[in-house]
Amino acid sequence: MSSPVALPVVGRAYGRIVLRVLGLVLVAAVLAPVLVVLLSWWSPEGDIWQHLLATQLPGLLRNTVVLLIGVGVLVSLLGVSLAWCTVMCEFPGRKQFDWLLMLPLAVPAYVMAFVVLGVFDFGGPLQALGRSVFGPRWGVDVRGDLSVIVIFALVLYPYVYMLARSAFLSQSSETLEVARVLGCNARQAFFRVALPMARPAIVAGVSLALMETLADFGTVAVFNYDTFTTAIYKSWFGFFNLQAATQLASLLLLFVALTLFAERRSRGARRYTQGARPQHHRRYVLSPTGRWLIFAYCGAVLSLAFFLPMLQLLLWVLASGGEQFNARFADLIGHSVSLAAMAALLTVVLALVLAFNRRFSSARRRDVFSLAQLGYALPGSVLAVGIMVSFTWLDNRLFLPLQQWLGIDPRPVLLGSVLTLLAAYWIRFLAVASGPLDSTLERIRPSLPEAARTLGADGWRVLREIYLPLLRPGLLTAFVLVFVDVMKEMPATLLLRPFGWDTLSVRIFELTAEGQWQLAALPALSLVLVGFLPVLLSIRASVRR
Amino acid sequence: MKLRSLMCLFVLLSVVGCGRNEAPQSPELVVYSSRIEQLIKPIFDQFTEETGVRIRYVTDSAGPLLARLNAEGANSPADLLITVDVGNLWQATEMNLLAPIDSAVLAENVPASLRDDQGRWFGMSVRARTIVYARDRVKPEELSTYEALADEKWSGRLCLRTSKKVYNQSLVATMMSANGEAETESIVAGWVKNLAVAPFSSDDKVIEAIAAGQCDVGLVNSYYLARQQAANPDLGVELFWANQQGEGAQGRGVHVNICGVGVTQASDKKALAQQLLEWLSGPEAQLAIANLNQEFPVNPASEPTPLIKEWGAFKADNVPVVEAGRLQADAIRLMDRAGYR
Repeated sequence: MSSPVALPVVGRAYGRIVLRVLGLVLVAAVLAPVLVVLLSWWSPEGDIWQHLLATQLPGLLRNTVVLLIGVGVLVSLLGVSLAWCTVMCEFPGRKQFDWLLMLPLAVPAYVMAFVVLGVFDFGGPLQALGRSVFGPRWGVDVRGDLSVIVIFALVLYPYVYMLARSAFLSQSSETLEVARVLGCNARQAFFRVALPMARPAIVAGVSLALMETLADFGTVAVFNYDTFTTAIYKSWFGFFNLQAATQLASLLLLFVALTLFAERRSRGARRYTQGARPQHHRRYVLSPTGRWLIFAYCGAVLSLAFFLPMLQLLLWVLASGGEQFNARFADLIGHSVSLAAMAALLTVVLALVLAFNRRFSSARRRDVFSLAQLGYALPGSVLAVGIMVSFTWLDNRLFLPLQQWLGIDPRPVLLGSVLTLLAAYWIRFLAVASGPLDSTLERIRPSLPEAARTLGADGWRVLREIYLPLLRPGLLTAFVLVFVDVMKEMPATLLLRPFGWDTLSVRIFELTAEGQWQLAALPALSLVLVGFLPVLLSIRASVRR
Repeated sequence: MKLRSLMCLFVLLSVVGCGRNEAPQSPELVVYSSRIEQLIKPIFDQFTEETGVRIRYVTDSAGPLLARLNAEGANSPADLLITVDVGNLWQATEMNLLAPIDSAVLAENVPASLRDDQGRWFGMSVRARTIVYARDRVKPEELSTYEALADEKWSGRLCLRTSKKVYNQSLVATMMSANGEAETESIVAGWVKNLAVAPFSSDDKVIEAIAAGQCDVGLVNSYYLARQQAANPDLGVELFWANQQGEGAQGRGVHVNICGVGVTQASDKKALAQQLLEWLSGPEAQLAIANLNQEFPVNPASEPTPLIKEWGAFKADNVPVVEAGRLQADAIRLMDRAGYR
């Protein structure tokens, strides 16, 4: 097992206890709504199960597996290769691509889906052009495995890209040079040294992408592509059987939990620490053809994943006129930004508590703290209902009686408050923040804080002067990821928002619910633009380092 | 330090966002609505202007809203529930979330088939789901009923929206009550066989596909066509009122559904809520609702908008809309068995 990193952040025993207790409280908070979901098994819904098994389940499972494999392979290829290119190779526009390639993260998958359908579908402009050339019956249905996989891959590869990029950046060039001296060529050095060293980061990125794919409903609904999550929503919205829906969701949860657990186990006792101060890399100098090939590759991915959807959205905005621009629209933006900022800050701090808890634990305890990442594995609506049920329970059993006892006019305090909505966000997105934090933390050599301690620094000082500076890239990445994810989040925002707290994603929901996709272009475009502001700021901060 | 100032900026923004909590004024009603904001806010604003009663609302899909009402129980702040399909209202009554309202005004303004017999919900607008066709490839004489679209002559020419949409579930449910389960299943299977392309995610896509020549006939709610025709007069897609002629099930009329509203059990302002209900069924609100979304008024005394009057009068299926709710789950099972995605 991992070598004992017995050193606590805060030296004295009480500091360690506070950290532990905080960590356990967080795990409990995430598990409460998850338990609500699991409790659904008290009343078996054999009827619906039988129906699903007999009619749809085989097809759904096939689609889900195809989707997971396809998206998994494609995001790994795109994310890792792009990260390697921008970190290790010199090519035209490298500095710009370095951050531009993160931007597709700000494009919600459901927006990408309706843009792709709008442009490429039978009724869209491209095929209409084709018909004017090849005759009126010409055309193809673009909806299928491939298009759904590509859409997910284009908007989700930045998870892998960002994590792999910061992993490659922090790999000391000495390690690679040693590999070269020992007779590896560039390719061998990549596959035998750089890639294995970046494994925790890559796995973290791919699992985020896959969890998001698994839990997605909006994107697959646009394509009428049935996945396991479709069955969950069908049981709920069609049969009005929330029990059966949550039972299905708990299977999804089990699958994710087992996979994550297996991956952690397969890493075994390997450790991934790095030299303290990564020097600037000497980048590979390529032949002119090679340079321009890489340029073309990066450019193609970026155009497909970002510029093309932006262009289409812009065209739709121009076509639909500016009547949506008013004070209420500014409110939507304000709500989106403030909720995302608060939630991201909160989530990063809480995820840091968990990350330290994992760092200072034995392997088994570490799994306990990893349970806090399960919130991300549930479909958004199901988790939102779990949260809603647990919070109304608190309201009805705790706060209302308390208010009555105190003689105050009793009204629910939790449900419909900003606090509850923020709780929903951090419960859902702890996993997103944990990825970058864990993988950065794993690369810090234990000897550094140990040395600081030996030299007499107390726990807070070690945290402030050793951990936080070294964790900075991870903290920034975590903040940006959560910020953007909260901006895009729809089901929990819809269900738990306080009165009047409509956000951009709420507006997109309302417009697309009635099929008014073109009108939804303005909120969608604004969401992307506002969403990538923190991406830009964080990049400037990380470049300056 | 750049990072610190960035954080400060966000915290500041957050505080500003939090600080804008409006002070509650009375009187006030709270509405949970699965009818979207653009289609309710103007009407609520009109009510507020006339009566001084403020209306606060939350929009979401019906499923989550019902789950929320259910979890909140007697402490729910909601006074009214609006949903866009009768199936959802029927569910709400099954979960005992809606309270009966006894009102002579509502009994007069809303036809009996468009409201709950115990007064737990009332239609506020009517939508008709019917056949649309490509003007240059289909003659209206070729069309007759929903059932006839299963005929072989439509092979490779039919477009449908997904069976996951409640509009289709309600349509098939009323077909079941008119034709029986076995016959409906073979009709739906016939539809599936005739599909030109896998079902779409929205009615708009169905209309676009017909306009683009991907298929020739389809089933949509009439207001979607009205909207697209208003935006593009050369659309080339026309409307046909289904099941107008013939005996029995053949001529039972077009399938209609409602967007409806009910008062919650938890409401402690039932009288005020009833006032809003009655106002919604009155001529002024009915006109506003019809104008907003090209739907049909529930109140027989109100006229539809000029645009939809051009389609001509039609006979509506007068099976109580509640049937659609009662049979919804069976309809979904039937469509699953028939392979209708």
